[in-house]
Amino acid sequence: MIKLGLPSKGRLQQQCVDWFAERGLEIERAEGGREYSGRVKGADGVELVLLSASEIPRELAAGRIDVGITGEDVVREKIPVWDQKVRLAAKLGFGRADLIVAVPSVWVDVDTLHDFDAAAAAFRKRHGMRMRIATKYHNLSRAFFRDAGVADYQLVDSQGATEATPLNLAAEAIIDITSTGETLNANHLKILSDGLILKSEANLCVSKTSTASVTDIEAFLALVS
Amino acid sequence: MARGGRAGADLTRLSAMRADIASIFDAAGAARVELETLQPADVMLDLYGEDIRARAYLVQDPVAGEQFLRPDFTVPVARLHMEQGLSPARYYYDGLVWRRQEPDVDRPTEYLQAGIELIGGADPAAEEAEVFNLIRSALGDLVDRVITGDLGVIFAAIDALSVSEVRKGALRRHVWRPKRFHALIERFANPIEPNPSQTALLSQSSVERRKVIADAGKFVGLRGEGEILERLDILDADAAEPPLSASDRAMIEAVLAVSGPSNEALAELRRICPRSMAPALGRMERRLDALAAKGIEASDLSFDATFGRSLEYYDGFVFEFRAADPALPPLGGGGRYDKLTAKLGGGAGSTAVGGVVRPEAMNAAETGA
Repeated sequence: MIKLGLPSKGRLQQQCVDWFAERGLEIERAEGGREYSGRVKGADGVELVLLSASEIPRELAAGRIDVGITGEDVVREKIPVWDQKVRLAAKLGFGRADLIVAVPSVWVDVDTLHDFDAAAAAFRKRHGMRMRIATKYHNLSRAFFRDAGVADYQLVDSQGATEATPLNLAAEAIIDITSTGETLNANHLKILSDGLILKSEANLCVSKTSTASVTDIEAFLALVS
Repeated sequence: MARGGRAGADLTRLSAMRADIASIFDAAGAARVELETLQPADVMLDLYGEDIRARAYLVQDPVAGEQFLRPDFTVPVARLHMEQGLSPARYYYDGLVWRRQEPDVDRPTEYLQAGIELIGGADPAAEEAEVFNLIRSALGDLVDRVITGDLGVIFAAIDALSVSEVRKGALRRHVWRPKRFHALIERFANPIEPNPSQTALLSQSSVERRKVIADAGKFVGLRGEGEILERLDILDADAAEPPLSASDRAMIEAVLAVSGPSNEALAELRRICPRSMAPALGRMERRLDALAAKGIEASDLSFDATFGRSLEYYDGFVFEFRAADPALPPLGGGGRYDKLTAKLGGGAGSTAVGGVVRPEAMNAAETGA
């Protein structure tokens, strides 16, 4: 028996259902669709667990589910030393999103991280505070800026509508995921030319900490490969 | 420290060791202080930047907001001094610090530090030698290796470059980020082409620039037109500035490569450094003389010009003592941090030099535990 974790609702769930359907597996929710469980028709010994998408990385890391579908961005952000806890077994071709650094389009002098760093130093001198960057990706942001040698910034937590934080004067820049860039444009932001942190998409992930039989997991992966 | 806490013979040894260390600092005329465990997050973040969040524990207070469990004593002591200090002053302390560690690294997240800080003194060389010697005495024969450095030499080398103040400022700001520092050196030596839209802006008048800015979109965030125009002027000047000369680049790279016994290192620095660096090298020489007066020979003191570049707030002499067992953390160390006092105090600041020992690492070195 293995436990498969999927998002409990939304577009991502539908894409997961479609992806399995293409491989001859039918994701069937329990009677009435209220209970967050169900089964996988076409695969024996697979228990379906429906979870909030944001909890799937944690459940994989803890080994409470054996296989799950979630974005690479949240795996890397939410699981400390993620590569010891989770294996990214397959990229699924949907849920594509780039984690990027975006600044106001009106900053015609800022195109690269080098420019951003220089602007941040001057900003701090003038405003007496570090340049504010709104994000929910704190760990990935910090690691990216540390590697790039950017200083004099601060991360401001934003769990939603992050693109609007500069408009609301709550931040000067953002680090967030984008797929088409339209929301960025609409909020008067542009992506730094070297501001791509991660190209993410939905992945079939396998827990490295679960106690399920390796044979069962490999059999399931072979079935959907 | 054993898991769970300190107890038994281990605690007895540790307590005796701490008492011995305290008596050394006490005999040096330092006043004992006890520092607040919780330190205001904004002060720490402004000094260290966001990276401190990954290295210290943050706790929430509903009224006071974010607070850090102190990750060291230097900042708390400097704050205490600014609040109520005499000058000159010398303080000693003994207590716990807390550090977050990388999740895959087995290092203690809580450990003891005992240290001394001399603030506002008038004789930097003598005070550096005194602190070094006090820490060395506290560690006794547990020391296997000592390493020293001097960030003042790096700052002096930056000052000696024939480049604009803007470029010097960028280098000074990134002394503690070696990779970025070297990327800047490379960029100044071999300037890269700005992108076409930036290049176009460089040839324009400020009226034209204002129009480009207005066409680029709406102002969001707090960075305003004045700041953009100001930076375009800086980019103008930077584009017109000649590349960092090969001889300047060779000089700063040679300075950073200096390593060896302190007497040889000083001789090498005298050979490769321009005359404008004489004051910084003079300070190094006076320190070596002051150390020699305490029986510490320069030939026994290894110097590495890049040492101390990961230690944030240090800006002059730095030192570290290590045990024979490479698995043990450093037994002690310290350095000069004059600029930190200016940042905390807002004014000109004071001279400040200090050092710590780690009693648990000493205990482990002594017992082989």
